[in-house]
Amino acid sequence: MGTRILAVEDDERIRAAVKLALEDEGWTVDEAGSGEDAIDMFARAAPDVVLIDIMLPGIDGFELCRTLRRHSDVPIVIVTARNDTHDVVAGLEAGADDYLTKPFAPKELSARIRALLRRVRPISAGHARLVFGNLEIVPDEGKVMRDGVELHLTKTEFRLLCELAQNPGRVFSRESLLDKVWGYDYFGDGRLVDVHIRRLRTKVESDPANPRHVVTVRGLGYRLQS
Amino acid sequence: MTDQPVDATGAIPAGRRAVLGRLRNLRVSRLSLRTRVLLMFSLGTLLLALFLSAAAYSFTRSSLVNQRTTAAAAEAALHASIVRNELRSQPLDASGALDRLSALAVDNPVVLYRGTWAVGSRFGRDQIPDALVERITVDGRAARMVTSLDGDPYVVVGIPLADVSASYFELFSLTDIEDTLRSVALSLFFAGLITTMFGLLLGWLVAARAVRPLGEAAQAAQLIAGGRLDTRLDVTDDPDLRLLAESFNDMASALQARVEKDARFASDVSHELRSPLMTLAASAEVLQSRRAEMPERAQVALDLMVSDIARFQGLVEDLLEISRFDAGAVRLHREDLGVAEFVRQAVAVSSRPETPIEVSPRGERLVIEGDRRRLARVVANLIDNARLHGGGDAQVFVNEVEPDSDTEAVSLVHIAVEDCGPGVPPDERGLIFERFSRGAVAGRRSSTDGAGLGLALVDEHIRLHGGRVWVADRLDGEPGARFVIELPAEEIS
Repeated sequence: MGTRILAVEDDERIRAAVKLALEDEGWTVDEAGSGEDAIDMFARAAPDVVLIDIMLPGIDGFELCRTLRRHSDVPIVIVTARNDTHDVVAGLEAGADDYLTKPFAPKELSARIRALLRRVRPISAGHARLVFGNLEIVPDEGKVMRDGVELHLTKTEFRLLCELAQNPGRVFSRESLLDKVWGYDYFGDGRLVDVHIRRLRTKVESDPANPRHVVTVRGLGYRLQS
Repeated sequence: MTDQPVDATGAIPAGRRAVLGRLRNLRVSRLSLRTRVLLMFSLGTLLLALFLSAAAYSFTRSSLVNQRTTAAAAEAALHASIVRNELRSQPLDASGALDRLSALAVDNPVVLYRGTWAVGSRFGRDQIPDALVERITVDGRAARMVTSLDGDPYVVVGIPLADVSASYFELFSLTDIEDTLRSVALSLFFAGLITTMFGLLLGWLVAARAVRPLGEAAQAAQLIAGGRLDTRLDVTDDPDLRLLAESFNDMASALQARVEKDARFASDVSHELRSPLMTLAASAEVLQSRRAEMPERAQVALDLMVSDIARFQGLVEDLLEISRFDAGAVRLHREDLGVAEFVRQAVAVSSRPETPIEVSPRGERLVIEGDRRRLARVVANLIDNARLHGGGDAQVFVNEVEPDSDTEAVSLVHIAVEDCGPGVPPDERGLIFERFSRGAVAGRRSSTDGAGLGLALVDEHIRLHGGRVWVADRLDGEPGARFVIELPAEEIS
């Protein structure tokens, strides 16, 4: 079965053009003009990636993001009209995996989608199970357990965790995490990493305010420890 | 007779009066407000000091003289009674009385006895004012008078001795009072001098205080001119100053509103243009993926369309960006960047990733604090500029600015982009960073592409980073332009 993408955008001209461009990549594109339509369509079409314009009439993009996140770990890309710090961070906090600023080139959009669709690489044979204190990762099965209870991580959060777990104790800079998890070059936005680390902590840490596993190394980046 | 027309009042003709008035105004206004206040204060204190000194002097003088003459009158009365007793016992002439007085060391007694003047010293009838003599001999009443003899002040006391048909006169010197008064005058002069100096100081302080609001207003106006549109004056309680501050603030608010409106308009326009442009760009991309299937003429048309859509989008983005600068809405996400690494990465994502980069040995160790993505735009814009206007291959240089002395640390870095174009004539080097700087500049820098906001944005970005950008000749003397960015940097060991 091919990749399905749900494009939520109220400007039908942009929607149509984006659909045309994404279909050229060989993907199937479902459209929704509002948040309500999107929730409806999401249930029916089961997309692999959702593209959400933040400025929607009715249920706005942030709300739609949160609603979808409650049921699904589907990769979400938000589109903000402005390069507005507040919008970007709020969208990521609401559960988005990546963002684009309008106007974007369709090529850029498909590159982001491809990065999100990329499967998690198996870390290595013999490392079927990684244990960090009360945290347990099973990369091949895409499972994370804390005190034996399975956690629900989004695909991006899981990949971020696996990336850190690949070399426990080593410090990963924001740039290297951006490159490995999101496929960004040197000029990617470090806030993507920061917000996802924050979200990851709320799930894997017993006390997210005082993280034990996912630790910040000031001025350098992040590392994972037992 | 004058040939000038004379007006009804018969005074100076109106025309000349106006000219005189203008002259007077000119003379007054040529002095600064500060000088005028200072002058007024000093003059005021000087006059006050003069008046007070004069009053104090004359009061002291009159009270001293008064005291002295009263004492002299009492002394003279005593001597007069001695003279009377002597005349009673020796009524022949007054010499006995004068001898008696000289035995008592009386200085200047004069006795008029039976129409004869008897003199006890060098002073005699001639030194006694006629008015006093008349007063004593005719009116028969005691009197005294201050007079000047040989330039020295004296008080002459006259006492009638009617029962022995004589008059007694005595002269008392007032020179000791003059000495006292001279020292009083000297102290008053110094007191006046000090007061005047104090007045000068006070005037200086008051003048400084009076013009301070003007200084503040000038400073605020300068800040506003420099782009800090939210600058306001503090509104004080002083009604006069409040009027100035309030109207100044009203003006600043109006100006700010106006500028913000303009910036918002530019921003709104660009914003509205974005959506249709995005549709255009996306559709063009779909067409482009089918370019091979198109006839040749359609391919040419498509290429034109695609490149101009990109140009259009770039312009709209630049316009939006620059309107953010105008609205003061640009915030930098500063972080420490290794200059060499940063420039290499920025060139790698520019339109000419193969552009050679030369970094000096110390340049490798320099770190700047900057917004990575904005500075990358700056580098990309300069490389675009070199590609579009320079012709040939560009080259990027990174090197430290030598500090003035060996002991100082490196504090500036130069990132330079050199091209092989015709260069920029000296008189156009400032203009080139203006917005849409076409005209003469663009005429020579032949291209239909990329005119507009690129270099203006470079300028805005670099200024926000506390740096400078300029264009010069290539360092190696070859024809071509050298665009230099200067940023604050720090050397790490």
